Amino acid sequence: MPVPQPPRSTRRELLKMLPVAGAAVLLQPTWRSLVIARGLALSDAISERTFDARLAAPPYADAQVTPFDRFPLNSYLVDDPEIDLDEWRLEISGLVAKPGQYTLRDLRSLPRVRQNTRHICIEGWDVIGSFGGIRLGDVLTLVGADQRARFVEVMCGDDYYESLDMATARHWQSLLCDEMYGRPLTREHGAPLRLVLPTKLGYKQAKYIVGLRVSDALGVKRGYWVDQGYSWYGGL
Amino acid sequence: MPPDRLEHPAIVRVCHWTFALSLLVLIGSGLEVFAAFPSFGEKLPASDLPVPLSILRIGGWLGGALQWHFTFAWLLATATAIYFTYQVVSGNARQVLFARRDARGVWPMVRYYMLVGPKPDMTETYNPLQKLAYTIALLLIVVSLVTGFALYKPVQLSWLVYPFGGFRLTRVWHFAAMCGLLAFIPGHLVMVALHGWCNFAGMWTGGRGRP
Repeated sequence: MPVPQPPRSTRRELLKMLPVAGAAVLLQPTWRSLVIARGLALSDAISERTFDARLAAPPYADAQVTPFDRFPLNSYLVDDPEIDLDEWRLEISGLVAKPGQYTLRDLRSLPRVRQNTRHICIEGWDVIGSFGGIRLGDVLTLVGADQRARFVEVMCGDDYYESLDMATARHWQSLLCDEMYGRPLTREHGAPLRLVLPTKLGYKQAKYIVGLRVSDALGVKRGYWVDQGYSWYGGL
Repeated sequence: MPPDRLEHPAIVRVCHWTFALSLLVLIGSGLEVFAAFPSFGEKLPASDLPVPLSILRIGGWLGGALQWHFTFAWLLATATAIYFTYQVVSGNARQVLFARRDARGVWPMVRYYMLVGPKPDMTETYNPLQKLAYTIALLLIVVSLVTGFALYKPVQLSWLVYPFGGFRLTRVWHFAAMCGLLAFIPGHLVMVALHGWCNFAGMWTGGRGRP
């Protein structure tokens, strides 16, 4: 008498349903956004962990720099938040020994840097700009930022905001820029002070900076575009 | 090949469908990314190329498209690493990689498909024309992954950007690799359709007469 055969390799049959299950996850909007947000978070985690601060964006000769009038203006909110440049102070707060309001004069006591580096936009375009200013790392040292603090949050004169990992903030090419193409920063480009981070995408390089906060944890507001779905790390 | 061995080992089948899904998503989201700056030139003065039809794009906007793109890039990279490791270690790579001895067989196969030549003898899983197409497709996947990583990390991986001729040209290579894959996929689908259900099902079940 033939013994009834159990259904052959049911586990295998189940495994074959995996692609269908995968497709189902992607078709369901809530699961889908969870999956792709996780994918982006994974990308950021790998980027941050593998970041080698010794590596630098290549410097360019003056002849290779994109002409100033062809350096694009991507003002996300306003062209000019109408900061009163005479009254302007940089408010530095958080995990620092010397919090307070710093004038441009205070900041300009630090060593000046000039560099021609590539500015890459998340959209895909790039330009080579000429930037002058002081190192963000020097400013952090000046104000006695906690060595173990993890983030620098950046507040702007418009409603823009950003936040950086400390390794990038202390990278020697990361500038608080007050000068482009050898001239004082214009209002459209972020006067009086903007970030220049050759190891980050353009949207991380906030303009019209009015405040820096050194912190150990980021709140819900991590970055104007980041909070809408861009990568927080945004590293090149 | 011994008769009891499956035409398509399980790892190859899993990788094949992972490639298919991730390439679909990567091409769709890549077109959305391209739509944000549809040019290979300078931002100023603008020299925009036509924007891909929105029905072909995935992600809704640049930020959404990049989330899709990164997620599936990791999936594709993982599957590619597993696939190549398996193919090389198991020796199964010979089944698919185009070798010099296959060169003679390509033209007769083309003639056969054009209905102007006799059917060549087939002794292997893949005929020489298939091997050529699959080898090029695999190469294009590798090029798109390498150029993709170079565009993602042009500072940390500047040595990867260099051989492609700089950041801007790397973007062109990345796009060109996608165009190559876009040329492969319809041909591949037509061939699958012409070869019937059993051939198609083989990529799910393993092949060799199993349903």
